[in-house]
Amino acid sequence: MTSTEAAQRPSIPPDATVRPGWRGGRRRTLAPYAFLAPAVTLFALFLALPIGYAAYLSLRTVKVSGLGLGKGARTEVWAGLSNYERALSDPEFIASVLRVGLYGLLLVPTMLGMALLFALLLDSRRTRARGFSRVSIFLPYAVPAVISSLLWGFLYLPAVSPFAWIAERLGGDFPQLLSSDLVIFAVANIALWGGVGFNMVVLYTALKAIPTELYEAARIDGCNEIAIAWRIKIPIVAPSLIMTSVFSMIATLQVFAEPTTLKPLTNTISSTWTPLMKVYRDAFTRDDLYSAAATSVVIAVATFALSFGFLRLVQNHAFNQEK
Amino acid sequence: MRLHTGIRTVAALAATAALMAACSDGGSSGESTGGDGGAGSGDAVELTFWTWAPGMDAVVEEWNSTHPDIQVTVNKQDGGDPAVTKLLTAIKAGSGAPDLMQAEYQKIPTLVSSDALADISGELGDDVAGQFPEGVWNAVTLGGDAVYAVPQDSGPMQFYYRADIFESLGLAVPTTWDEYADVAAQLHAADPTKYLGTFSAADAGWFTGLAQQAGASWWGIDGDSWTVSIDDDATLKVADYWGGLVESGVIDNKPMYTPEWNAALNDGTQVGWLSAIWAPGVLEGNAADTAGKWKMAAMPQWDAAKPATGNWGGSATAVTTQSEHVAEATEFLTWLNTDQTAVSALVSEGGLYPANIPSQAKALASPPAFFADQADFYDLAGEIAQTAGSFTFGPNVNVAYSAYNDEFGKATEAKSRSAFTDAVKAMQKATIEDLKTSGFSVKE
Repeated sequence: MTSTEAAQRPSIPPDATVRPGWRGGRRRTLAPYAFLAPAVTLFALFLALPIGYAAYLSLRTVKVSGLGLGKGARTEVWAGLSNYERALSDPEFIASVLRVGLYGLLLVPTMLGMALLFALLLDSRRTRARGFSRVSIFLPYAVPAVISSLLWGFLYLPAVSPFAWIAERLGGDFPQLLSSDLVIFAVANIALWGGVGFNMVVLYTALKAIPTELYEAARIDGCNEIAIAWRIKIPIVAPSLIMTSVFSMIATLQVFAEPTTLKPLTNTISSTWTPLMKVYRDAFTRDDLYSAAATSVVIAVATFALSFGFLRLVQNHAFNQEK
Repeated sequence: MRLHTGIRTVAALAATAALMAACSDGGSSGESTGGDGGAGSGDAVELTFWTWAPGMDAVVEEWNSTHPDIQVTVNKQDGGDPAVTKLLTAIKAGSGAPDLMQAEYQKIPTLVSSDALADISGELGDDVAGQFPEGVWNAVTLGGDAVYAVPQDSGPMQFYYRADIFESLGLAVPTTWDEYADVAAQLHAADPTKYLGTFSAADAGWFTGLAQQAGASWWGIDGDSWTVSIDDDATLKVADYWGGLVESGVIDNKPMYTPEWNAALNDGTQVGWLSAIWAPGVLEGNAADTAGKWKMAAMPQWDAAKPATGNWGGSATAVTTQSEHVAEATEFLTWLNTDQTAVSALVSEGGLYPANIPSQAKALASPPAFFADQADFYDLAGEIAQTAGSFTFGPNVNVAYSAYNDEFGKATEAKSRSAFTDAVKAMQKATIEDLKTSGFSVKE
């Protein structure tokens, strides 16, 4: 609404505008709020309030006096930004951020590439047993990350892995997949296994929505299946690809379950292997909720910045075609 | 975020409903345990007890049937770490803590520092202190006049080995650490798939026991200040020794308690285990196929003339600061940990090694089932337990232990002797920095 429109408002006779809706006016202005109330209440109670409390905690700290034994030895005081200072200057935190960055660079392109490939294969005309393939690719997504990490953990450990047994029978050497050089691939592989199916279904659904006339026209113009995929299908599902990228990036920043489950099996995953693991360690192993809250706020802000930054970067490119 | 919005809403609603139900539930049970135990004067006092010791229900049942005035309800916990987290949360919230709490020795200073444990010295009989080994009693008093818990079990360390493999390879049971290194090398040379043991970066309590055996005591109180001496000569000696073994490759570097380690115990590639008195239960559970093949001996020694051991594990029973029935709770936990019936039941139901000296003889008459052939198992264990040194824990054991996991994780992976001693120094640094940041008074 422009300011001129607003300025003109009073000149319209009040009767003319109000009358048609007057009878139910009161109720109508209340109704939307009544409908909104549950959502707003839930949002306030379980999202806004905890976030606010976390932000508050991140500015507090506990001060101990003397030996710190017995009553009154601990007091909560304002800490200013010192928790943030410590979080951002902690070499372990920086290392975990870099590690997760590398993990994301490995995981997200591979996962989306495979998801797109599978979606295109399923969508191509010659594919048989489509329903079965779709379900079997999607099924790993239904397995909780903790369970899948345990399953893969058993497969990675040479002493209990059936693959190690087979490799040994064939005279080969089974690599130490949880050694410091390979462990990041081992973790990424679990996320890949679980994530490809979901992303594939999103992309496949987008492909299904493309009108078949486009393909017919392309074929008349002499396109084969590969050219159709490259020139029609992929550009049209680009918005879905971007959406799945953003979701995957957020999931990557929050990676926790897989490395935490694998941690007891190996020396190579430290308690601060990912940023969220550091938050967990600070809060529940070190009993320091305050620095855990500060690190959480940093992670949340970084996630927002990255997601919106990425969207802004690709938005014009991807969504202009739709207009 | 991976869920469909509709599903998410439903999930949120369901979670809300569940949460509200849980809240109201917690509220009502909190009321019944917290306040009005003595409201109707004829009513029995109700006590809640957080514990994860196996078979505790049966032992408490014994108490409840003979003490109608004080009824104890066992609330089963997942284990030491989650139970402490829960308790500290309840203490912070001001309600929801139980009356009685099982507490591992290394957690007691942390709990006392958070004002979670009541001083029960006023309620306790004078004869209780003398019934426990000095080192263990020291852990529940923190060296002062207050008493924060009564010891339940202890975990003196011994050396467990596969007698059949030792015999077939003609190996002698090592009595000193030099001999242990020799045997480890001989064994690994005879069969490169076999190891005499593993250095586990996942088990800080295990390494603490090894350091304790060498004479270390990582924390201390000097006047009104804490001292931290993780990087003392004893601990550095232990780290250097194990670093050498891992570097030369005669000792494995994988963590304990993994499927791989279980498999190795079962198939005889892990031939020895430096463990504690509760090891028979673990071996029975993880390596059932090897029944009758294991034997227990004293730990290898640094100085054969002065035999010593360390402790790995063990816990005490404490009364929380939120309990309104400290006297009744103390009466119960004194019975639980000193009465012959109770201690015998703890052994038969829970398989633990009681800390109470007077009732040990009767309770430990026959060896554990998995070591049925070693008739003198508990006699030997009793002798070994006498040699455990005193060890003081500090208020931030959790920080030192998580530093152990991370630093020794790197060192064992690097398989370098110098990295092992560096790891000890890094633990010292992390622990002392944490104390200072929190504001504890620290003397260096």
